[in-house]
Amino acid sequence: MTTATYLRPGLPTPVPENDGLDKPYWDGTRRGVLLVQRCKACGTWQWGPEWICHKCHSFDVGWEEVAGRGRIYSWERAWHPVHPALKEQGPYIVVLVELPHAGNIRMLGNLLGDPRQEVRIGAEVEAVFEPHDDAKPPFTLVQWRYGG
Amino acid sequence: MTERTLRGKVAIVGVGETTYYKHGKSPDPEFVLALKAILAACADAGIDPRKIDGFASYSNDRNEPSRLAAALGLPDLRFSNMMWGGGGGGGAGAVGNAAAAVAAGMADCVVVYRALAQGQFQRFGAAAPGGVASGEPALNAPYGLMSPAQRFAMRAMRFMHENGIGHNAQRAIALAAYAHAQRNPRAVMHGKPLTAEAYDASRWIVEPWRLYDCCMENDGAAAVIIVPAERARDFQHKPAYLLGSAQGSEYRNGARGHNAPLYATSSFTTVAPRLYGMAKVKPSDVDVLQSYENFTGGVLMSLVEHGFFKAEEANEFLVPENLMAPTGKLPLNTSGGNLAECYMHGLELQIEAVRQLRGTSTAQVPDVNVSMVISGPMVTPVSSMILGSGETL
Repeated sequence: MTTATYLRPGLPTPVPENDGLDKPYWDGTRRGVLLVQRCKACGTWQWGPEWICHKCHSFDVGWEEVAGRGRIYSWERAWHPVHPALKEQGPYIVVLVELPHAGNIRMLGNLLGDPRQEVRIGAEVEAVFEPHDDAKPPFTLVQWRYGG
Repeated sequence: MTERTLRGKVAIVGVGETTYYKHGKSPDPEFVLALKAILAACADAGIDPRKIDGFASYSNDRNEPSRLAAALGLPDLRFSNMMWGGGGGGGAGAVGNAAAAVAAGMADCVVVYRALAQGQFQRFGAAAPGGVASGEPALNAPYGLMSPAQRFAMRAMRFMHENGIGHNAQRAIALAAYAHAQRNPRAVMHGKPLTAEAYDASRWIVEPWRLYDCCMENDGAAAVIIVPAERARDFQHKPAYLLGSAQGSEYRNGARGHNAPLYATSSFTTVAPRLYGMAKVKPSDVDVLQSYENFTGGVLMSLVEHGFFKAEEANEFLVPENLMAPTGKLPLNTSGGNLAECYMHGLELQIEAVRQLRGTSTAQVPDVNVSMVISGPMVTPVSSMILGSGETL
């Protein structure tokens, strides 16, 4: 099945690291589940993934499902195409979203909708899973839209 | 116990650079550029190249010290050093690393160098097509976050949002660089002045940065020669003594996926106090400043974090007249810098800082005794350094 995606196909395909560190995250997005790290020893939230808890140095860093909502912490609107897949794209918006219910970790994504829309720092957004089923290998991105 | 410091221990006694070219336009291979810059620095100092016994560079320079030492027929390679990290974050740090080796007696004559030939190799501002991304790039590239401008724009956007800073502050940095480049015949943008109107009309690269907020990409090479302070007066130019050197970044700056706890930073909040502490100078003592422009927003944050003004004063301070040599409050990027002289990964800034101390800049500030360089904002690690005349020792 082909699904419309925010950015045109042809950008680099995300794959888990060869040591498996971030595999639970990418497996989770395929199932429509947002998983981030949370230390089993001290409860500290952690993102991006790392092998050790930055707070207590436990290696027992687990994965926990979090609600896909947050608020825009920063943003940019890219215009200059730096990759061949973006030549006909036009402008697009990238947002950095803070998750207050998960220790204020931040996650990246595109802000769905009109690429020329106003972006408001602090605005509430919710996650949308965007499958790329035709990619090799298939993957699913977490995107964001106003609401929530 | 004696104080552990580099202050006054070493000096830069030679500087060299190749012709600066637009990217992909060098007639020479990158290794030849590196050799030419090193030999030019030796000629400037008046030193036999065979006296070189160490090399330091940064940003994974491809021209390895062992090949350079073999090519130059050096009798004894005593020190070779690479500062980790991308971008220009290691520009001042490489000088500091070389200085530490010289001060500690590990070497007597160390060259800091950087060479780029982007026709021969990949450009920084264009991503390689296709393929897969893993690790940090997997979190970024699928969203169209690939170039350095795209990686760092959100830091500046947040900083400007938090502090109510407008676009004119960034524009002033670009206008000052271009104005200084018009006085510098070596500058790639010499003869191509920039007006406020042309800046405002230029295309967005990535908001909040327009074309003229972004550095050029260039081919060329630059080198500086570092010797112990006690030998510094043996050479033909006025020595530029190292007063202070600091590198690094604050708590978890490198957390992946844009998760640095202090996000809206140029990475200097802990580095700058260490720099001033070693140099024993304060921001108001700095006569002239070269501050690495990958993007103007990075310069803006660098100036705040180095204490030249408070973030809430940025709109007021950052007007072109304050940044212009010779009369501005803080003459900035007096050769044209990465925006308008040459993107020599910032090493051209160290050379300009030395020229200001010698009194030979094309945009000379009168009576310079303290000359400062800030390298590579927003990456990690970053670095900065302060040079001084003999009077400051």
